[in-house]
Amino acid sequence: MSLTSTSQQFKANAHHALGDADLQAAMAHVPTGFVASRAAAIARLPEFEALRDSARDIKNHTLAHLDLYLEAYESKVLAAGGHVHFARTSDEANAIVLEICKSHGAKTVTKGKSMISEEIGLNAVLDANGIKPIETDLGEYIIQLRRETPSHIIAPAAHLTKDQVEADFRRVHVNLDAKRDLEEPQTLLAEARTIMRQNFLAADIGITGANFLIAETGTSIIVTNEGNGDLTQSLPKVHIVLAAIEKLVPTLEDAAQILRVLARSATGQDMSVYTTLSTGPRRADDPDGPEHYHVIILDNGRSSMLAGPFKDMLRCIRCGACMNHCPVYQSIGGHAYGWVYPGPMGAVLTPSFIGLDQSSDLPNASTFCGQCESVCPVRIPLPGLMRLWRERSFSRQLMPFAQRAALGFWVFFAKNPRLYRAATWAAMSALGFFARGRDNLNALPFLKAWTKSRDFPAPQGGTFQAQWAKRHTGPKS
Amino acid sequence: MSDARTEIFSSIRRALGVNGTEAPRRQSVEDRLEHAPKGVVPARGQGDLATRTEIFKTQALRAQATLADVASLADIPAEVAVYLRANNLAAKIRGGLDPRLASMPWTETEFIVEQEKEGSDLTSISIAFGGIAETGTLALVSGKENPTHLNFLPDHHIVVLQASEIVSDYERLLRKLRMVYGKGLMPRTVNFITGPSRSADIAHTLLLGAHGPRRLHIIVVNDA
Repeated sequence: MSLTSTSQQFKANAHHALGDADLQAAMAHVPTGFVASRAAAIARLPEFEALRDSARDIKNHTLAHLDLYLEAYESKVLAAGGHVHFARTSDEANAIVLEICKSHGAKTVTKGKSMISEEIGLNAVLDANGIKPIETDLGEYIIQLRRETPSHIIAPAAHLTKDQVEADFRRVHVNLDAKRDLEEPQTLLAEARTIMRQNFLAADIGITGANFLIAETGTSIIVTNEGNGDLTQSLPKVHIVLAAIEKLVPTLEDAAQILRVLARSATGQDMSVYTTLSTGPRRADDPDGPEHYHVIILDNGRSSMLAGPFKDMLRCIRCGACMNHCPVYQSIGGHAYGWVYPGPMGAVLTPSFIGLDQSSDLPNASTFCGQCESVCPVRIPLPGLMRLWRERSFSRQLMPFAQRAALGFWVFFAKNPRLYRAATWAAMSALGFFARGRDNLNALPFLKAWTKSRDFPAPQGGTFQAQWAKRHTGPKS
Repeated sequence: MSDARTEIFSSIRRALGVNGTEAPRRQSVEDRLEHAPKGVVPARGQGDLATRTEIFKTQALRAQATLADVASLADIPAEVAVYLRANNLAAKIRGGLDPRLASMPWTETEFIVEQEKEGSDLTSISIAFGGIAETGTLALVSGKENPTHLNFLPDHHIVVLQASEIVSDYERLLRKLRMVYGKGLMPRTVNFITGPSRSADIAHTLLLGAHGPRRLHIIVVNDA
């Protein structure tokens, strides 16, 4: 693990995020933007649910035959004149990138958006070795200026307002007129475009991620809206692709199935603007394209996930729908999660990567509303997997004493039905007494910490068990 | 140090409880790679050529491309001149060595053959390998005929699409790629392009013209 994690301080991070006015202003766009656009796109495609099943099945099939598809993929890349490197860890992946950079005497590297690059902490390694990494995705460029990490896997600057971006551009682009008008977002975009153009043309090496690796043809696919990924990979002499083992799919047809759910789930577009299929280096009579093509395939613990219940997580296609629809993510943004991957998918992935002891709060960062699972294009049972981490957290005694004690207390009553009925009846009557006819309780004795930030609904009628018993013994129609 | 590749393969096989030589697994993988089953193909791109062309146009407009129609390839230069004038652009355009471009009557506009990246190009013209009606997407392939960098560097990208090359869905386009390049073989780059470049990275505001072309203008040649 190369990136320092603050996942252990999740609660403090979340508390801070809730009080951050800029963050709250920026996050207000998530439900109106991503969520509404996705719903509209899906309403236009009757086959969407069938495509989700298809995408899930393709990923499951590939994972079950991953060794064989990797072999097939590798031989196709080699046949097309490319190179394939395998990296067990972040350190190995970084070392391979460095080696390629050094062998070409590279000074500047342009980069398309890649979460694997974030996961391995590549930029810091390049910087430390005198190679300048330039993020070319607009959102990544902005956060690079701010020395931040992405707060969203497809919209890295989702946590920022326009005014913050303007302030950063004024701070960094000092050779431009200080009095220039940057009121409209369009002018900020134009400024970034002009600056980045020179970088694209001057870079020695271009590094991109991959949304898919195709075993049938040895092709890597990137999906972008800005075109930065294409300028990154087609102008320099060397193209390096960073991808993890789970990006494999068997055929181009399989990629087409998943592409149909990817953009719709991510941004609500039918297709992203640029879907680019790259196979090997430029051909003998090609006028452009890279002369060298390297693919670095990263494991970083994924292969061992194949054995256990978290293998479902390896289906993830990094669309971001789970975080867009998550009430917790919508409230606190991505940085609070403390590591590379935020939101529900991050809450499941992060403990696998950095250890549950370092991230035991993340699987609790959920209301269990089930939105994430209901929108996941590859049907990952995210709440179930978070619950599994909670169980492990309990059995490994990673929970605070009070929480363990409370659960133990509950188990005692739950195992004694008579006691349970009596206790719930008593609790309900007490709540009714405190409510005094109101629908919600905003204060309860001994539970101030809980009621300080939320109301408790007052009981309506008998206990659940009493109502259930009544319904099932009553007259049948 | 043991080899990373070997260790990753053993780790995968250990996790899956396999050794990699099992005949049924190998057969299943070979079959899938050989036959490339189609999966779910949406109905919305399907229809005869006229229908497909209409669907393509509707979807391309939704993706914020602009459109024009001409009757034949010979009419392209006049339509390009109209576009350049309407957008107050210089009367010159860059393109590759596609013989169809070379044979067009470029009287009003200077047609410049460009092979290497130049960087200052304002306008470029390419001929598409095909169009996909389902999503209004263009497919372009790399090569000296239509260099890939011309799809991304200029501000205005004009793409010629022959209506006869519009297919209903991605699967048909992939089949066409296999027919031209051979099974399992690909050109260096295939670009699927759906509308002009855009970004919503500044305060969730969708803006056109991020790093790629600000405008994507498609001229459909009704040649069928």
